[in-house]
Amino acid sequence: MRIKIIFMAAMALTLGMAFGSWVSAHEVSGYVAAEGRFFPQAPLDPEQESKDGSIAVQSEYYHAWENGSSFTFVPFARLDSADSERTHFDIRELNYLHLADAWELRVGIGKVFWGTTEFVHLVDIINQTDGVEAADGEEKLGQPMVHFSIPRDWGVLDLFVLPYFRERTFPGRNGRPRLATVVDTDNARYESSDEEHHTDFAARYSHTIGDWDFGIYHFNGTGREPTLIPGLDSAGQPVLIPFYEQINQTGLDLQLVAGQWLWKLETICRTGQGEDFFAGTGGFEYTLVGIAETSLDLGLLVEGAYDERGSRATTYFENDVMFGLRLTLNDAASSELLAGFSRDFEGSSSALSLEASRRFGDNWLLSIEARTFLGLPEDDLFYSLRDDGFIQLELAYYF
Amino acid sequence: MILFSLLFPLAAAATPEEKGLAIAREADLRDAGFIDFTADLLMILKNKHGQKSVRNIRVRTLEVADDGDKGLTIFDNPKDVKGTAFLTFSHKQGDDDQWLYLPALKRVKRISSRNKSGSFMGSEFAYEDISSQEVEKYTYKWIRDDIYDNRECFVVERYPGDKKNSGYTRQVSWIDKSEYRQWKVEYYDRKNSLLKTLTAKKYQQYLDKYWRADQMYMVNHQNGKSTDLVWSNYKFQVGLKVRDFNKNSLKRAR
Repeated sequence: MRIKIIFMAAMALTLGMAFGSWVSAHEVSGYVAAEGRFFPQAPLDPEQESKDGSIAVQSEYYHAWENGSSFTFVPFARLDSADSERTHFDIRELNYLHLADAWELRVGIGKVFWGTTEFVHLVDIINQTDGVEAADGEEKLGQPMVHFSIPRDWGVLDLFVLPYFRERTFPGRNGRPRLATVVDTDNARYESSDEEHHTDFAARYSHTIGDWDFGIYHFNGTGREPTLIPGLDSAGQPVLIPFYEQINQTGLDLQLVAGQWLWKLETICRTGQGEDFFAGTGGFEYTLVGIAETSLDLGLLVEGAYDERGSRATTYFENDVMFGLRLTLNDAASSELLAGFSRDFEGSSSALSLEASRRFGDNWLLSIEARTFLGLPEDDLFYSLRDDGFIQLELAYYF
Repeated sequence: MILFSLLFPLAAAATPEEKGLAIAREADLRDAGFIDFTADLLMILKNKHGQKSVRNIRVRTLEVADDGDKGLTIFDNPKDVKGTAFLTFSHKQGDDDQWLYLPALKRVKRISSRNKSGSFMGSEFAYEDISSQEVEKYTYKWIRDDIYDNRECFVVERYPGDKKNSGYTRQVSWIDKSEYRQWKVEYYDRKNSLLKTLTAKKYQQYLDKYWRADQMYMVNHQNGKSTDLVWSNYKFQVGLKVRDFNKNSLKRAR
């Protein structure tokens, strides 16, 4: 990994020097954040901690040349009091972007997001999930890539060569929330004999036609979502061993603006990980502007999720309906609140989430997040999360 | 268009509605042909206690023949929203297309342009105040002539075409007769009571043709808040292309 990163960095810098003239400003920005998490209920495993404090730093160095080409470096680190797996360092980005008239080439470690829905991110596949960072799976690990993009009148064609695979991160023995059995990330297994050095490919076509935005892609390579296989670690303790299959995945994401309604859809077909399956998620967002003659905006979100594998699905949302309320105060402090509720169509389980944030002064951002599961049945894959509801407070300083 | 204004000088316009439309067309014509521009914008939000909050924004605009302009708005400050950017394709007919880029998630979101009465980033400017002011989006009526700040002005009312989604019943503008610059606008809410007043100051002329105000003050009479806009670093005809206004350029906008 380290050699690859150095190689990528050297390549990014070389390309930068070859094509660019150092003219525009060198920019440094980022944040330092202190976070506290509290789990009101006792843990299932006495080794797990109910209080967790951590500090995270992310900075970004950015440099752009007159011709529009640029260099970006984004290191990230977290120091965590409870979970040694959550104490981690990652290069989120380290890449050179070459901008030509008719195409763009990004070489190095980068980040790419695909998708339209709010609750479940099905089609997003280029970057691995940083599973120790955020409960909603929205934080991603940096992905080494060569990304070639051709934006034209007929749409955008994106081609990816992904020469190195990043393993998903999972909470350690002392971490919460986590599955009853610890995932042993030191002994990941692969279907491909190339293991993490397997080269993956992806191609995506996206376009906007009137009120429609859509993207369709195919991915071939190491699946980002591992199958967790019960096993024993080197000390003979029961663990879950992540197994990464070679998969083919075709995905579609779609969004339609119809007046004040936003309609969203994401679907995937995956082969190579057990049985072939289809999964989809979609719904709408409707925003009420200036409610009760104030400057408040209230967004209503309704989405559903379906996974053909049903209860054998490896994700929490396999046959669920999700509701969300997004309240935006439109004040100088950018205060906002997002409340979510999800319910299993067939089972008895539901989940609640609350996220709120506001700015203090020009540089401080205070965020609060709370999540809990309710009524998880014993045969649910996530039954072991039943007491892992938590409240999290974060204060970040942006520079 | 030029022929039209030569053949039918304003004085000859028959009804107040025709005269109002003719004034709007003349103002639009005088600003046509700028091709593109970039500018820096300092937005100062003030609450009724005088507390200030500052946003630094950069704007890029591309003129589009026979349709509304394309615009890219990039946020540099507050730091927690640095890199957030808006892409707008405005249209003379129908709804504008708008996309929002969220840099933390690297996510581009299509947003509904029907939410035009909503606040732009916590300011007293609504989306409909800052979006491209296409002549076709309103109907007009000349009210009277007036002296504003020692300048002879037309006082013209305009009424939003999209009555359902606009936050206003009408806007009253003071436009000077010599250069067709807008010096003051009164915004009346859906109940037809005075909501906000915009005043423009320190107009400067670029390329010997295009007038832009360096300062704009929006006061909300109902909530006591105000927003000041301070424009700087205006550059015209910098060579922006259509390809500088797509989702790829939105993602790499800095």
